Amino acid sequence: MRGNPETHELIAATSLADTLARLAEELGAWTLIAGGTELMVAHAAGRLSAQKLMSLSTVQELSFIRVDAHSVAIGGGTTFGQIRRHATIASDFPLLAQAAGWIGSIANQNRATLAGNIVNGSPAADAPPALLVYDAEIELISLRGSRRLPYAEFHLGYKQSVLERDELVLALHLPRRFESHAKYLRKVGTRNAMAITKVAIAATALITEGRILEIRLAAASLADRPVRLIATESALLDKILSTETRTAARTALLNEVHPIDDIRSTALYRAHVAANLLNEFLDTLEQKQAAELIA
Amino acid sequence: MSPAWPHIQLIVNGQSAMVETPPMKRLLDVLREDLGLTGTKEGCGEGECGSCSVRMNGELVNSCLVPILQADGARIETVEGLAIDAELHPLQKAFLECGGAQCGICTPGMLMAATHLLAHNPRPSMEEIREGLAGNLCRCTGFIKIFDSVIAAAAMKGAAHDAR
Repeated sequence: MRGNPETHELIAATSLADTLARLAEELGAWTLIAGGTELMVAHAAGRLSAQKLMSLSTVQELSFIRVDAHSVAIGGGTTFGQIRRHATIASDFPLLAQAAGWIGSIANQNRATLAGNIVNGSPAADAPPALLVYDAEIELISLRGSRRLPYAEFHLGYKQSVLERDELVLALHLPRRFESHAKYLRKVGTRNAMAITKVAIAATALITEGRILEIRLAAASLADRPVRLIATESALLDKILSTETRTAARTALLNEVHPIDDIRSTALYRAHVAANLLNEFLDTLEQKQAAELIA
Repeated sequence: MSPAWPHIQLIVNGQSAMVETPPMKRLLDVLREDLGLTGTKEGCGEGECGSCSVRMNGELVNSCLVPILQADGARIETVEGLAIDAELHPLQKAFLECGGAQCGICTPGMLMAATHLLAHNPRPSMEEIREGLAGNLCRCTGFIKIFDSVIAAAAMKGAAHDAR
């Protein structure tokens, strides 16, 4: 059943202050809409339950990419098109640029925003694994003030997060210290373009003389939310990359993920492919290590 | 109930237009129903197929996903704006010559996505063409001739440019 536009209120927020004031004034009444790539799909299908929507597309304060010596701040209203075309993001955070480039099509990337991708809360979302392995912080703002927390602590469960009803996502902050890390991101979907993830793994790691000094692993579609793979990281951290270590990491991974059967894939397939992706990443780490020994 | 709907100002293919419409009405429906511009097609209605592709303030968008309020004050380019009087756009000529159009449903969206691609990248590689059109599905599966059409149009535009 097609949605009826006459049954939804939609207003344009005029500024960040205006947005926050309205959110605080009528707690829980407003649904924020930015690029519309999620909500307009629900609307077209007649399953948009939100009655009152507030458009953020005219709120200039949410659309920015600020670079300083130590970090890059990306405004919540920044589109994936802007993210993938940004020179510093491409050089310092290639995994995020890569993920931005496979979010839907060019037309979707021109509309979809970073905060929308996060707040929508899909476990299959493309940007979160990259943000997690870059140790991003998320900055939330309301009339009460702003707060910053590790992005890894943002999602609490399926479509659940720490975001309060009067808050919105102001920015994501990424520390610029991953230049010499090994990096990995692979998404497995039905086809190359426009596919929703069956399973994805992202990783950053530092390895010296065979020992893993630092490692972050994150996944999409392996739990009810985007997750860091903490147990798998522990199995690898400060270890020599031996056959035993790899076996332990694989076991840890299979124990800590909770994939489901759904329309796109099965739990069994997802777990198996996740282990293969981890294996592929560890292969690249070994090769990098071997290359450095020769050099 | 007849609430006063907001007045939305648009510049469509260079011409001013004003509509009074529910703010959640899709840009696609305003173009087709309010402005009579039926060149823009609806395929999936959920941003997957690209049939409704138009350019909004120079960016390629799926018009089925744009609530009209967000287009207030915007410049919109649709397939109707490509030809200048009787003179077809190089992309339209190329689609005709290379067999880039079959049933025609995807063609307006393909033309707009290709227009957007060539505006940013006048001589795209095959890989860049494939990515530029990845959000546009041809249900007749005639993709190769569509890609060939874009290459031919780029050559035509290049020739026109070189002749100047």
